[in-house]
Amino acid sequence: MKTTFPALLAGLIFGLGLLLSGMANPEKVLGFLDIAGAWDPSLALVMAGAIAVSLPAFQLFKGRSQSLLKQTIQLPTNNHIDRRLLIGGLMFGAGWGLAGFCPGPAIVASGAGQEKALIFTLAMLAGMGIFRLSARKMVPAQG
Amino acid sequence: MTIDWTAFTPATALAGGALIGLASILLLMFNGRIAGISGVLGGLLEGNPGIGWRLAFVIGLLAAPLAWQLFFVLPPIEIEAGYPTLIAAGLLVGFGTRLGSGCTSGHGVCGLSRLSQRSLVATLVFMAAGFVTVYVVRHLLAA
Repeated sequence: MKTTFPALLAGLIFGLGLLLSGMANPEKVLGFLDIAGAWDPSLALVMAGAIAVSLPAFQLFKGRSQSLLKQTIQLPTNNHIDRRLLIGGLMFGAGWGLAGFCPGPAIVASGAGQEKALIFTLAMLAGMGIFRLSARKMVPAQG
Repeated sequence: MTIDWTAFTPATALAGGALIGLASILLLMFNGRIAGISGVLGGLLEGNPGIGWRLAFVIGLLAAPLAWQLFFVLPPIEIEAGYPTLIAAGLLVGFGTRLGSGCTSGHGVCGLSRLSQRSLVATLVFMAAGFVTVYVVRHLLAA
């Protein structure tokens, strides 16, 4: 259970970052995705800010096998660029562009009491459940 | 393309992004895990190991708006999409992120920080799909 507190803290900081950056606001996200309209480039800087901070740490931990709490470091090992990756990315991007929500912001906005965000989140969980059911007929999923 | 300078918020975007990066580092350093929201949620639904830290991370995300409100007024969360759109988008995001093994956090932030080619391709694909979807909805269908 020692891993519970760091995860809670990480989730909390992640959520605060989403709120501060504007990513928890679908209108802001759609303003970024609307390159043919009045384009708001802010979200490119969210990504840049996040990667600037996490890249050095990820490079440092790449060679390690254990975390500071002696947990196995589980980084993805799959390097294949396959049809699943591409079709999954297309579907996710289409949904993201339709509503302006990706998974993290949808949960944060639900926590803020937004009923529409909760509806989106429940549909998202249903989509994950449908994938789970259909995946049994496909190639075994990784991770 | 015209840049909407009035909507552009570079400072909060960078700072919020840095918090997201910090959260990803915490989860990696202590728990040895990738802060990919769709992966955390999918693992919960599928009963994968680590229910404790997964739930704690999600609770942290849900609690972020409450913690924020202790000190500040919550930023706007504007959701234009109607219920049918939100449900369709949620299903696409849920299914697509599981099929493609990640979303903006897992592939975008953590994957790019690992310098993963697979995550770079996924990120380019879902960004492109997001741009195209918003273009179709806002400029072709609405015209």
